Amino acid sequence: MNGVSQGLERFRETMRRDRVFDLVNNPAENPALDVSHGMALYLEGITKSFDGFRALDDLTLYIGDGELRCIIGPNGAGKTTLMDVITGKTRPDAGTAWFGNRINLLRLKEHEIAGKGIGRKFQKPTVFENHSVHENLELALHADRGLLTSLTWKLNGEQRDQLDETLELIGLKERRDAPAGSLSHGQKQWLEIGSLLMQKPRLLLVDEPVAGMSGQETEATAELLTSLAGRHSVVVVEHDMDFVRSIARQVTVLHQGSVLAEGRMDEVQADPRVREVYLGEEN
Amino acid sequence: MHSSSTISHLGRLHSGTAWVILAILAFLALVVVPVLYWFVPPDSPFHMPGWMVTLAGRFLALAMVALALDLIWGYTGILSLGHGVFFAMGGYVMGAHLTRVSYEDRLPNFLQWLDYSDWPWYWAGFDSFLFTLLMIALVPGVLAFVFGVLAFRSRVRGVYFAIITQALTFGGMHLFFRTETGFGGDTGLTNFTYLLGLDLGTPQARLVLFWVSALALILAYLLCRWIVTSKLGRVLTAVRDAENRVRFTGYDPLRYKLFVWVVSAVLCGVAGALYVPQTGVINPSEMVPSASIEMAIWVALGGRGTLVGAILGAGVVNVVKTWATSAHPDLWLFILGGIFIFVTLLMPRGVIGLFSRRKEGKA
Repeated sequence: MNGVSQGLERFRETMRRDRVFDLVNNPAENPALDVSHGMALYLEGITKSFDGFRALDDLTLYIGDGELRCIIGPNGAGKTTLMDVITGKTRPDAGTAWFGNRINLLRLKEHEIAGKGIGRKFQKPTVFENHSVHENLELALHADRGLLTSLTWKLNGEQRDQLDETLELIGLKERRDAPAGSLSHGQKQWLEIGSLLMQKPRLLLVDEPVAGMSGQETEATAELLTSLAGRHSVVVVEHDMDFVRSIARQVTVLHQGSVLAEGRMDEVQADPRVREVYLGEEN
Repeated sequence: MHSSSTISHLGRLHSGTAWVILAILAFLALVVVPVLYWFVPPDSPFHMPGWMVTLAGRFLALAMVALALDLIWGYTGILSLGHGVFFAMGGYVMGAHLTRVSYEDRLPNFLQWLDYSDWPWYWAGFDSFLFTLLMIALVPGVLAFVFGVLAFRSRVRGVYFAIITQALTFGGMHLFFRTETGFGGDTGLTNFTYLLGLDLGTPQARLVLFWVSALALILAYLLCRWIVTSKLGRVLTAVRDAENRVRFTGYDPLRYKLFVWVVSAVLCGVAGALYVPQTGVINPSEMVPSASIEMAIWVALGGRGTLVGAILGAGVVNVVKTWATSAHPDLWLFILGGIFIFVTLLMPRGVIGLFSRRKEGKA
């Protein structure tokens, strides 16, 4: 009996729709990102409990390549745990998580996942406070992260240009040599976004990007995030409903650790279940 | 091509003025001291007595320990209160070599008492100076590597890490206190007479040991400076300030911590190896937990994350210690404790912090 179920399990694993081609083209030890099916992220049946509390409960979520997706939900809906699972900070109790068709996120460590092209912006801006703005961007720059490379590291012309472009984009050109710790809250948010861009990620996870930003800064952030979609997949977790409305094409509503509704903003807003658990409190 | 980029990198280690200051200090140590000792006649007021040369040589070795500790604590934020064990390992390796060449065919008493008729296996090879040099780096290096992998992989940090390093040096001390360990028990290794054919009692030996210590300290300083001014150094300070962010930026903190931890331990071992022939003895007391704490005080006093501060701190504390332990031996620990409290409360950036408002290692 056990043998049968094991065989069935193996059969299912082999015949997964995103892995059929692996039979003829075995994935290498260190597979590159493959989004040939148009999907950047597959999360299926993710469950994670903390001391009996189910932070994520059989959550299934797909993010398309180049998509801009907003994730909303009341406090405790599991948004941050979801980010933690994708970036390797937390291992789920059950479920699968694939980046593209070939990269099994559950087998990689945090820094390896970052190296594969998943960048994360935290809710509280985290920059290297004692490093200058320029050094923050340089550390994030997409390049070999090995020890010896770091010891003999020197920026080349192209990388210098890339750095200057990013400084321009995030509006911190004049503060280039200032320690990041001396920046205002909003500027730190921007520096963190800039660092994220320097990593050249394929998937960006952005946790409450406009918290503590002025109206003008919020607008600029919305513009930036929309312009990033297409080349990158962007997942934004946000509380600010006006902000979500201004950028969202696809919205996913989380509730008690699983997906409650998914669709365009107006569809989601019209959903009575959503109104009950979340939007009802707002409107 | 590659060598020219190395030279241009050396140029970036320091500003022009700092290079000049460094060159003057190097000149003082490598040229002026030997002249004052060797060529100025003993009755001249400018003559430097032999005991002072050896004392200065010992301080230079201790300054190297402070440098090693600053690399790991000041720059990477990992407080080690167990560096005494790496210092002692380097010291014991050198001591083993000195013992073998000084005793030649005879066996020291502590080995005879253990019923050995010939050098036991773990004493093999120490008659060779090259083998000894290798072991000076390898013994502390491998010990640090194994300890580091275990501690850093389980993400032991902060005060917990400091406590287990205390346990490490405490364990090392007890291991070497045992006579059965075969390194002289509580007396340790002593009665050294020769090193590389040089009679250790002669003025020549004094001078050579001082000179080598000075050169080693200069090279160690340049090595540390190279590390902390490179991007690797910026990753280390990033680990100190926001380790999780470093991870999500794609760097593996484990590798970086392990690297700097092993470099630090090896530097410490080299310092121990230079210290022992100038002291004439190595025994387990180098591994008492308080000795390692004292090392941390040197760095704290001088100023963390500056390298220069560490050297300065080691110098100041050891000069005071030399005076206090002979003038007021009962008071020394109170003085040391007083210095520590004073620095922690009133000078968090150390002596260097008084000079530079904000510069250098940005600690």
